[in-house]
Parts: sequence; structure tokens; C-alpha cells
Amino acid sequence: MMAEYPPFLNFYLAALFYLLLSPLFGPRLRFLLPLVPLLSLGQLIILSPDASWSWQLASLSMEWLRVDKLSLLFGYLFHLAAFIGFVYALHVKDTLQQVSALLYAGSALGAVFSGDLLSLFLFWEMMAVSSSGLVFARQTQTARGAGIRYLIVQVLSGVLLLSGALVQFQQTGTLRFDAMQADGIAGGLILFAFGIKCAFPLLHNWLVDAYPESTASGTLFLSAFTTKVAVYALARGFAGTELLVYIGAIMTCFPIFYAVIENDLRRVLAYSLINQLGFMVCGVGLGTALALNGAVAHAFADVIFKGLLFMSMGAVLHRVGHTLGSDLGGLHKTMPKSTLLCIIGAGSISAFPLFSGFVTKSMIMSAMIEAGHDWLWLALLFASAGVFHHAGIKIPFFAFFAHDRGLRPKEAPVHMLFAMSMSAFLCLLIGMFPQLLYRLLPWQMNYWPYDLTHTLTQLQLLFFSALAFVWLNKQGIYPPELRSVNLDSDWLYRKYLPNMARWLWSVREFTQPGIARVQSVILRPFSHQSGLTAFDTSQLLLKLLLGLAILIGIGLLSSDLFN
Amino acid sequence: MSGFFDKANHIKWILRSFYGLCVLLLVLDFLLHRHHYLQIEKIPAFYPLFGFVACVTLVVVAKWMRRLLKRDEDYYDG
Repeated sequence: MMAEYPPFLNFYLAALFYLLLSPLFGPRLRFLLPLVPLLSLGQLIILSPDASWSWQLASLSMEWLRVDKLSLLFGYLFHLAAFIGFVYALHVKDTLQQVSALLYAGSALGAVFSGDLLSLFLFWEMMAVSSSGLVFARQTQTARGAGIRYLIVQVLSGVLLLSGALVQFQQTGTLRFDAMQADGIAGGLILFAFGIKCAFPLLHNWLVDAYPESTASGTLFLSAFTTKVAVYALARGFAGTELLVYIGAIMTCFPIFYAVIENDLRRVLAYSLINQLGFMVCGVGLGTALALNGAVAHAFADVIFKGLLFMSMGAVLHRVGHTLGSDLGGLHKTMPKSTLLCIIGAGSISAFPLFSGFVTKSMIMSAMIEAGHDWLWLALLFASAGVFHHAGIKIPFFAFFAHDRGLRPKEAPVHMLFAMSMSAFLCLLIGMFPQLLYRLLPWQMNYWPYDLTHTLTQLQLLFFSALAFVWLNKQGIYPPELRSVNLDSDWLYRKYLPNMARWLWSVREFTQPGIARVQSVILRPFSHQSGLTAFDTSQLLLKLLLGLAILIGIGLLSSDLFN
Repeated sequence: MSGFFDKANHIKWILRSFYGLCVLLLVLDFLLHRHHYLQIEKIPAFYPLFGFVACVTLVVVAKWMRRLLKRDEDYYDG
């Protein structure tokens, strides 16, 4: 059949045509962009369930199209996200951003339909490169720095994935991407690679560093694809790996503390993105049908509600020029529609009954209890209360209410409002008719979120979290929004290592003359014979020693690993 | 709409209805029979207590963290 090819081709071809035709038609061409995901979605829908598309390269087989319920769910989701994204980005007249977004969405689709690790790796790296274009597109000095750091980390994740794939190929003779063990070398490397993209604790910093530096629409695309591809990959490769339950629980808890004291509201959302990923990672780690369904369903809902929140803050960025909580407030007066849409996103992420987050997150919470992880369940409950606090209340409150700063920006442009309304509609649709989403879920289960206990306890939790917010504000305990930077793990490579290098350099400068004199005395006998200067010889020796040390180090390490 | 949230009176009524709902939810905890999965859930008003205490803890710890972690806005630029 004609339509039996991988959907990423639609996006890659569209990117190619966009590049070729934009000199002819100019930025008008952008109005066609929302059609790309729509048409491609049509192709995906008529794709037959047993379609496949693979290449045989010598002994390697590359499977570009593997269709099953898991890949289809993410396929639908990414088309939806791309459509909403291109509508939201209709004002953007920058070819770099449009082409990056097309390639990025296409690569994400390529990754979820990849049946083997080699094609997964190729799309993994294509995602890294194309998405960094969206960070660079902001064209500020800060964005450039963040973009470079982002790109290095993303490419590194790809290198780890490739190394893992090669080890697996050497050990098993196949590159197929299926469930694997985390305790072998291959599985360990691949899990590490996925963990970077999924923003595991201490590997998370690229996300909070780069996402808030992108453009209004760029951040929307970024929030939709990379981390969700990682969740998909974890669900495919490492379902039921218990370590992930603990990692996930940490991910739900630590970012919310940062979110409370962070001033840039888009960075607050980036922290809360990690918190939501934590729930999904827990679900994958539990590995039961309910938990896995919860993980992928929550990924689905999260792309939409987190996208909606990023869109509302993007609208603020578009109209005001920044999203600093310390300098915002009172925007509801002139941006009432954006305010309302933002509140719907906030209700969804906080998992209010009738909103999408409630029907997806509760699956993970229930699975956690079923698995007997009582303490971790409490941690997740803490994180749930915290989400409402920092994302549900803080975002809309400090942007649109709080202190009136006298800002009177215009309402968001109509295409942005339209894109946000679509997302808001989906949040409510999934929240009120969860069976629509549940039907698409890959695993068999029997679950219904709306019973008395569930609804009541969730409302109690959220209302009393809100009460704490009101009380803390009235008591003057709530920390004010301040212009500041909060240290996170990126301190290590942004401050400590550069400072260390500078210090070592200065030590070298200081001791250079003394060392040279000692060397010239010691090494005089050698240098006379060979015609080398004392300095050359000492450099040579130094390098030999260093090389030897590295070899010994590798030897020790590998003997440790392989025994 | 534009001046609605500026009137102290309106804010007072919004907060009063909010407190009312909180009280209602608290009372419902004792009237309705909710299902228990864990021992800890049997504590009366467990969820309201947990929500309130969790958020106060969150904010207090975050404030303390800020003392440790806060730097100038241009910390990394220097």
C-alpha cells in the first residue's frame, strides 16, 4: 500500500521543501505548516497495524517502522503536539525555527517508530541537533551559552546510546530494541543515555538551563518531544526495573523546592516538568499494566497541559518581553483569556478532578499502593501537593494577579489563543471522558478514576494545600519573588570546573620559571645528546607518564568491570 | 472584569467562600465513608492535614534552601 512508510518522512520532506521554497515565497509559507502534522496524522491513521519498513545493511537490519499500540499512542500524541505547536508559532517568520521544529517533530516520530537501536540512535542525535536550533533561535548571549551546553549533553546521551547498542550487538548479535536488563554493560549504558534525556536527578540540568532560554514557541516544542521520547524508550526498554521507582520518586520531590524559589516562571515550569516526569518514571519502574498505562497516559496528558502552561507564559513573554515573577502581576486585567486558559492548564497539572492530570496521575498513585511502596507513595503524595503549590497556584498567581505592576499588555494574538484553547479543550475532554484516552492505552486494564474516595481525598489534599498558600502569604512567610540565580548541579560545570582550570593555570604560570630551572638541571644530560631542549624533553616525559597513568587506570577499571 | 480583583470586598468574599469549601471538605471526611488502602490513611482528616503540612514544609525548606543557594542574577556571567 502507498501509505506504508514511516511518518517522519512527511516532516523531513516538509522541512526540505520549506528550505527550498522559502526563498521563493518568503515567510508566507509558514501558514501551510499546521497542515503538515494534519496530513501526516491522516497517513498514520490509515497505516495498517502490521505495517513495517526496514533496510538490510550487510548483517545489520534497520527497522524504520514498527507499529504497535505503544508506538502508535506516542505517534498520535506527537502529531497533536506538532499541530498545536505550529498553530501557536504562526507569528514566527524565522526559517531556522520553522525548519528546526519540523525536523525535531519528525525525529521524535522517527524515534518512537524505530524498531532497532541504530535507527533510534540516528533519530536521537537528529533530535539533539534540530532542537538546539530552537534554543539558539532566541539569539541572545544567554541562549547561545545554554544552547551549547544543551547540545553537548544531548550529543553525549547519543554517544552513550550508540556505545550501549554496539555492546549489545557484540554480545547478542542483534540490534533490536526490546525489553532489556539494566544490570549488564549494554543495558547500563543505554539506561544512562535514556536517563539523560529523561532528566534523571543530577543529569537534569540541561532542561532547566536551556528550555526557558528558548523562544515562546520554541519552548513549547521542546517541552513536548525530547523527554517524552525518553519516557517512551524507558517504557519499551526498562519496564519493571525497580531502580526506576526510586529515581522517579526523587524526581517528583526535589524540583518542587527549586520551583518555589525560582523567579523566572518558565524555569518554574521546567522544574515542574521534571516533577511530572518523575511520576512517569515511577510508573515505568513499577511495570504493572496499570502503572505502565499510567506512565504513558500521564505523558500524553502532560504534553498537553504542560504545553498549555508554557504557551500561556509564552504569550506573556511575547507581550511583556520577560517572564520574571518579580516584575509581573495584574496581567489578568488586559489578558483575561490567557489568564483563564492558564488556569485550566494549572488545574490539569494539579490533577483537579475533571481535569486531565487527575485521570492519568491517579493510575500511577494506585499502582504504587498496589505494589506496596507505602513510603514512596507518601513521597508522591507530597509531590502532588507541591505541584499544586508551585505550578497550580504560583504560575497564574504571580503572572496574572498578585501585585499590579501597572503593566497593560495587549491580549495574546488570536492564533496563540486558538492553540491554547485547543489544548485547554483537550485537558477538559480527557478529564471528563477518560475512556477516550484509556481506549488508546497499550496494556489491558480495568480502571476507573472517579470514585468517592479518590475524588474526595484529592479535593481535600488540593484545597488544604491552597489553604497553606493563603496562610503563608497572610503570615508573610511566603518567599517573595526575587531576581536571582539558584545554584543547581550545573554549578559544577559552569563555575567549579572553569574556576579550577583558571586556578591550575595560575599555579602553572607562577611556578613555571622554578620548574624550568629544576628541569634544566635534571635533564641536561639527556638533552645534550638528543639535541632537544630541556623543556621539550620534560614535556615528552610528562606526556609519557600521563599516557601510562591513563592506561593503568583503564586497565584497573576494566579488570574491575569484567571480573 | 478588569477591576474585580482590586476591590478588597471581592477578595474578602472569594476567601470566605474558599474557607467555607475547606470546612465542608473537612466535615465530609467524617460524614462519608472513604475507602482505606493503607494504615496511615485511617488518621482522621489525613488528606487535609497532609496537604497543609506538606505545603508549609515545602515552603519553609525552600526558604532555607534559598539562603544557601541564592546568588546574584549575573552570577554565571561574571
